[in-house]
Amino acid sequence: MSQIGKMVAQRLALGLLTLFIVSLIIFGCVELLPGNFAQEMLGRGATPETVAAFNRELGLDLPPHERYVNWLFDMLQGDFGRSLANQREISELLGIRLQNTLFLAAVAAVIAIPLAVSLGILAALYRDSIFDRGVNAMTLTAISFPEFFVAYVLIIVLGVTLNLFPAISNISEELGFWEKVYRTALPALTMTLVILAYVMRMTRAAIINLLASPYIEMARLKGLRPGRIILKHALPNALAPIINVVVLNLAYLVVGVVLVEVVFVYPGLGQLLVDSVAKRDIPVVQACSLVFAATYVLLNLLADVLSIMSNPRLLHPR
Amino acid sequence: MKQVDLQKRNELTQLAKKGRISRRDFMGRAMAMGVTVAAASTMWSNSVPAAPKRGGKMRFGSNHGSTTDSLDPGTFENGGIIHQGYGMRNHLTEVDSDGSLVPELCEKWEASDDAVEWVFTLRKGVEFHNGKTMDAQDVVDSMNHHRGKDTKSAAKPLLAPVKELKADGKNKVVFTLSGGNADFPYTVSDYHLAIMPSTGDGKVDWRSGVGTGAYVKQTFEPGVRGTYKRNPNYFKSGRGHFDEIEFLTIGDVVARTNALSTGEIDAMNRCDLKTVHLLKRNKKLKVEEVTGTLHYTIPMHTDVAPFDNNDVRLALKYAVDRDVLLQVILKGHGVVGNDHPISTANRYHAGDLPQRTYDLDKAKFHLKKAGVTKLSVDLSAADAAFTGAVDAAVLYREQAAKAGIDINVVREPNDGYWSNVWLKKPWCMVYWGGRPTEDMMFTQSLAAGADWNESHFAHKKFNELLIAARAELDEAKRRTMYVDMQTIVNMEGGTVVPLFANYVFAMSDKVQHGPKMAGNWDMDGDKAIERWWFG
Repeated sequence: MSQIGKMVAQRLALGLLTLFIVSLIIFGCVELLPGNFAQEMLGRGATPETVAAFNRELGLDLPPHERYVNWLFDMLQGDFGRSLANQREISELLGIRLQNTLFLAAVAAVIAIPLAVSLGILAALYRDSIFDRGVNAMTLTAISFPEFFVAYVLIIVLGVTLNLFPAISNISEELGFWEKVYRTALPALTMTLVILAYVMRMTRAAIINLLASPYIEMARLKGLRPGRIILKHALPNALAPIINVVVLNLAYLVVGVVLVEVVFVYPGLGQLLVDSVAKRDIPVVQACSLVFAATYVLLNLLADVLSIMSNPRLLHPR
Repeated sequence: MKQVDLQKRNELTQLAKKGRISRRDFMGRAMAMGVTVAAASTMWSNSVPAAPKRGGKMRFGSNHGSTTDSLDPGTFENGGIIHQGYGMRNHLTEVDSDGSLVPELCEKWEASDDAVEWVFTLRKGVEFHNGKTMDAQDVVDSMNHHRGKDTKSAAKPLLAPVKELKADGKNKVVFTLSGGNADFPYTVSDYHLAIMPSTGDGKVDWRSGVGTGAYVKQTFEPGVRGTYKRNPNYFKSGRGHFDEIEFLTIGDVVARTNALSTGEIDAMNRCDLKTVHLLKRNKKLKVEEVTGTLHYTIPMHTDVAPFDNNDVRLALKYAVDRDVLLQVILKGHGVVGNDHPISTANRYHAGDLPQRTYDLDKAKFHLKKAGVTKLSVDLSAADAAFTGAVDAAVLYREQAAKAGIDINVVREPNDGYWSNVWLKKPWCMVYWGGRPTEDMMFTQSLAAGADWNESHFAHKKFNELLIAARAELDEAKRRTMYVDMQTIVNMEGGTVVPLFANYVFAMSDKVQHGPKMAGNWDMDGDKAIERWWFG
């Protein structure tokens, strides 16, 4: 256990370094984009004097390295700063959006993960049957289309024609939990279809891989039923790769939803990031990117820890 | 009843339902079909909601709105926030549905004979949402928000001609201009120049969203939604009919259309022109369009070769097939432009000026006259200029090639288009929301030395006429001057104006609006929030 603790500490330190580098790269990239905040904000209305007034008031006339260092020091003290555009506290702005994004990811995960894993197990159990081929074909079809196309198909069928779910996810804080779930249904289903194939196929492959091992052969010779063999004997040993793919897809559910957010008008982090990049609102861009990067770092760490716990051999790489 | 009569009757009631016919005309035509007075009257009241009704929760879906929006009217830059701003706040004057100027927070305005000094007498007893009574100091501070060295307002150039501004007692505000301007009351209707409560130290409170408007802000989440409740003390009668407003930003046009057709919202702006004919088949929806001042321009820098030669400019103006652009880029939802920026929605549109057409012979003639055998020019375009700008440039290239002109389309990035391409590249694609008056339009886009003089146009007679017309209070003389100026720009200007685009928007059939809708902005001049109602 202490070995795991040491690894976690090491990885967290490396994660912090990663975040620092990410922030540096993001800052540099936004600086490289043409136009600055004042120009983008005023659009066609920008005159040299108003741009200068903007820059003076927001401290944008300082050289880039000074602005970066200032931002970094505030950040280290836990102060995300304020949005350049409307002076709102970024922590507050981000808080609501992050909640929404996590909520969508959670709803999608609750539908997708159990479904994908059980489909994967069933597909392994009935390998090469019509069921196996059908599930494979369907999930692969769903994943082959771009997300927004899947979203439009769902809107047309479930939203417009059958009128089961609202076509846009107009959610706000005052709504009750189930109302929120109801309004989040279509984007969550879209996300489900997008990640279903990965997880399902990985589960199937991991289990099938093991089915050729001698101990499975032994179990079969003892006369165990195929279902029992797979659930009790194969699955525990296949957990490590399954956990990996599940957790990485969880990360995708959080950071990869920009298109889905746009199609369903879902007020999550992705939309905030896109708008902020367009206006060069650097503090908001930085904050969003750090949240995304941290999500990846932490979930990757979680994936490793869980895999190791399911298979301690991984702690000692040869 | 005969089949024909029935059909005619249906057409007539349809007209009435859409508000396209007055009661008098309706009665006359109904009786001509042999309907009795009493029956015609019933028909009329059945098909027309007699007067606006109060009530309901109106949900708008707008393509505009960004998470970077703020409530500071100096930074307003898109239709979403402009519309909500008009709901929360009022202005000294207002452009009415028919394009005329009416007093809003003022009772009347008076000008000195040379149109230099303007006195606005304020409406008495108007209260802000926080209970404070609006007075002259609020107006002065609201205007000063856009003036001075430290202002961050995009409206600074608009108020640059104001030399002095002072309150005269509690109910009068006096503007002294650096030169006469007969249209000054139009200037103060601009969406930036909202009246907000003064904080007492020369500043205004814009953060709270408190204004005098028909709707009181409840929540405002930039780029997502704003919710509003009706202001029970609203000073205007016959405006502000909805009890509640929810204003949603729905950037994706498919999402917006779906939201409207499934009843998630009650009205949307910017229909998808490619599919709007399909939307019209939905019986529960109405699609409306208004020709306004929105137009596309292709300005050439008239001081840069080869555009410094007027014959080259004319050749390029003759080498574009506007009708094809209208059909391809706007799917017919617009009108062709005549190489000047004044719309039919403006007061002094030069309707008699011959429409410039696609004429290869004339293009070749002017090329020859310019002494150019082979003209090769770069045209910068990006869809940031307007949707379809790149396609328009490519079409232009094909059309001009037939006159022996080689247009090289340079595809520019959308990012930073307004800071790096517009006003910088010698020939590029641009859109203009347009302005309510000829003077504002000309002053900002064509006057010598103007910040946004995109064609570097410096025409002596034009500039003289501009100043003379600005201070001219005689309607007939002004019209002549503005027509002359449109002719000059048409013949000698550096700007190709190929198209005026319609505002195309849709609403549920429950939503009603007045017989006319304003064309100065989208959605009834971005005032649907207080002008429309549920029938």
